[in-house]
Amino acid sequence: MTIADPKAPRPDQADLDKAADRPEDADQWTARIRTTAVEALPPQRMLPDRQPAYVASWIYVFGVVTISALCVVIATGFVLAVFGPNWWHVSSTGLFVNSLHLWSVEVFFFAMVVHLWGKFFMAAWRGKRKATWITGVVSFLVSVGAAFTGYLSQQNFDSQWISTQAKDGINSTGAGAIFNVTNFGQMLMWHIVLLPLCVVALVGVHVLMVRLRGVVTPFAARNETPGGEPADTTGAEVQA
Amino acid sequence: MPAIALVFGTVFGALIDLNKPGNYIHWGFIQMSYGNLIVIILMVIVFFAAILIPFKSPKGKEGDR
Repeated sequence: MTIADPKAPRPDQADLDKAADRPEDADQWTARIRTTAVEALPPQRMLPDRQPAYVASWIYVFGVVTISALCVVIATGFVLAVFGPNWWHVSSTGLFVNSLHLWSVEVFFFAMVVHLWGKFFMAAWRGKRKATWITGVVSFLVSVGAAFTGYLSQQNFDSQWISTQAKDGINSTGAGAIFNVTNFGQMLMWHIVLLPLCVVALVGVHVLMVRLRGVVTPFAARNETPGGEPADTTGAEVQA
Repeated sequence: MPAIALVFGTVFGALIDLNKPGNYIHWGFIQMSYGNLIVIILMVIVFFAAILIPFKSPKGKEGDR
């Protein structure tokens, strides 16, 4: 094993982007994955310094508000999970964190619905952005499930009432055999493990798609073809 | 109870009394609580406000294009 000389010139970044550190390693799976990943998700497009001029509108703010609320939801959920229901029902600090968890969910859905309306009326699936739209829609649906199992996990009369009211509806769909809303342990696991993982993963892919394809152009924007495709199909100039 | 909490509790408690069964609207087969209706109306108001209210960019950062 040799130790690399720290003063030795580093390989050109373009070479790293295209292949392995050494040409003879280019066919290794690590190099192939790295090359594919860098080509698919160029770092300069993931965190741009500037946005297109048409993004200067309040309607573009609600996606970020949704993500911010999701961060608060997850952070407060971590705290609630650490201390448990005896704490969040009795302690004044626990009640406060529980309320933060609830109200950040309210902000999350409020902002997400306004974001959805804005993108719907922009036809935001134009210009190769179908995957962006679909991951957003699925995120919304999975979030509804996450909120529902949250109501079932409150450990109070409200959650008992909701579970007994919901069981007939769920049973009528035929899903009651595997998704038992009166099974508190199962609902808690769905709420604090499965669905949050799905929501975060979907939102992550959604944001990556937004960064990759760029923000959809308005209908009347110049430099645009009728199909909503930016005139520069790489999106680099639009997104830079 | 601190005075400020008492004042806020009294004011908001007078506006929205949560210690009684909720009020619902019935419109054909649609049944909805007033709380949910208020949230939907707020979302519509915020949606149009977001479209109509100008967004001021910081000077020198007008964006590309």
